[in-house]
Amino acid sequence: MKTKHKHELTKQEQFVLTHKRHHHQVSSWRFVLFALFLALWEASASLGWIDSFFFSSPSRVAVCLVKQFSSNHLPAHIGVTLFETLVSFLLVILISLLAATLLWYSRKLSEILEPYLVVLNSLPKSALAPLFIVWLGTGTKTIVVAGISVALFGSIISLYTGFQQVDQEKITLIYTLGGKKRDALLKVVLPGSLPVMLSTAKVNIGLALVGVIIGEFLAARRGLGYLIIYGSQVFQLDMVITGILVLCIIALCFYKSIQILEHRIKIKFRL
Amino acid sequence: MSNILELKNIGYSYHSLHGETQALKNISFGVREGEFIAIVGPSGCGKSTLLSIIAGLLEPEEGTIAVNNPDGSLHYPRIGYMLQRDHLFEWRSVYRNVTLGLELQHMLTPEHLREVDRLLTEYGLDKFRDKRPGELSGGMKQRAALIRTLALEPQLLLLDEPFSALDYQTRLMVSDDICRLIRAAGKTMIIITHDLSEAISLADRIIVLSGRPAVVKKEMPVKLTLTENSPLAARNAPEFQTLFNRLWEDLTHENETQT
Repeated sequence: MKTKHKHELTKQEQFVLTHKRHHHQVSSWRFVLFALFLALWEASASLGWIDSFFFSSPSRVAVCLVKQFSSNHLPAHIGVTLFETLVSFLLVILISLLAATLLWYSRKLSEILEPYLVVLNSLPKSALAPLFIVWLGTGTKTIVVAGISVALFGSIISLYTGFQQVDQEKITLIYTLGGKKRDALLKVVLPGSLPVMLSTAKVNIGLALVGVIIGEFLAARRGLGYLIIYGSQVFQLDMVITGILVLCIIALCFYKSIQILEHRIKIKFRL
Repeated sequence: MSNILELKNIGYSYHSLHGETQALKNISFGVREGEFIAIVGPSGCGKSTLLSIIAGLLEPEEGTIAVNNPDGSLHYPRIGYMLQRDHLFEWRSVYRNVTLGLELQHMLTPEHLREVDRLLTEYGLDKFRDKRPGELSGGMKQRAALIRTLALEPQLLLLDEPFSALDYQTRLMVSDDICRLIRAAGKTMIIITHDLSEAISLADRIIVLSGRPAVVKKEMPVKLTLTENSPLAARNAPEFQTLFNRLWEDLTHENETQT
């Protein structure tokens, strides 16, 4: 190798350095933006530019957070919301996989059901919540159903579309090797649709959370949705904003965990 | 040699609400055991339809396709079909890809698996058996696809414009390679191609189809003076150019009568 001066970088090293610097800058700016927002919020509240009774302030949220945590209220609410969201999410995945498989199996069925699916998918699901309350009462069941209703139809449609986009020649291959339609499903369509399933799961976990919060707004005595609504009714805006903050963190965690799962599966199946 | 397959007056039409399109009309020819046949014809003439019918993926609307046994019963050869692309599944290892056919037909017996092992070794794929198809070269992928087909021990192999997804140079080498392996395995082959040079270099007999509805326009035996029996060497045979020109005329004349 040629001897180089200590400070002279090869093109490759320069590239790596630029790349690292870019990522470093992005994450620093993310943090700075958040800190600036908090500082501005805190300053406006303490200088009286905004009324901290209505707009709260970072310090009040922090106090509320500590109070709620130490009284064990908040962990309980978080636990309820997490549980309901996960149950809705898993049921959505299960039901939509079954439904998409059925639709794939029978073209006639899929043509018959198409307009119903489209209408149900575009219907604002919050409009159904009052019905669920009347039918199922107020409780976990209603909230899980609300969570499912928001995510389900979109999930069925995207999975079914994904199933249909599997290379038709790969299915022909199964038939030329003496396989049946069932083999085409199990050996080609399902494994070939894994990326679609993962991206659908990523969307669904968010939608399930939306549905669960809508449900808790209307029909719960526990959960973060309830905490937010209760806080607004008793004019404890600190509580409302604390609830929203916790929701942000939950949404982030959900997204990240699906992303990690996706990464693992992609490595395992080398997609 | 005896015929392994006989097509008699095969006819097939596609149906839509706008009407009927006849794709194949009165197609008859026999395939002798061990013979390599190339089917050429203008694009869209129904070559692939014909192959699907031979493979049993489509029922012919008219005619029969089988061999009459001496006692009058019908006999079909076991058929292996190779599609345009290798279609190896990336979510399976090479080994699980080549045994897919056996798996589908519940034939994963030690005896069949030994044959797969033998082919893997013979075709130099043994050390790649636990790899993913993506790690193989284009030629190796086609060899893996061939093993997947041969594992079911077909007597007749159908190739539908094989290797057409490969670049020209790889394609020449791969088709030379695969066809030598099929010859060595003692199989009969029908290949569809739009590449006239490929047809001449690979086949013992070329069947020229006309435009829609396709009928057998001509059967042309290919007899080349060869120093070395390989498809690549065939391209240098003295008769190659003459045969090419005759085929070319047949097909271009076809286009003129159509327009």
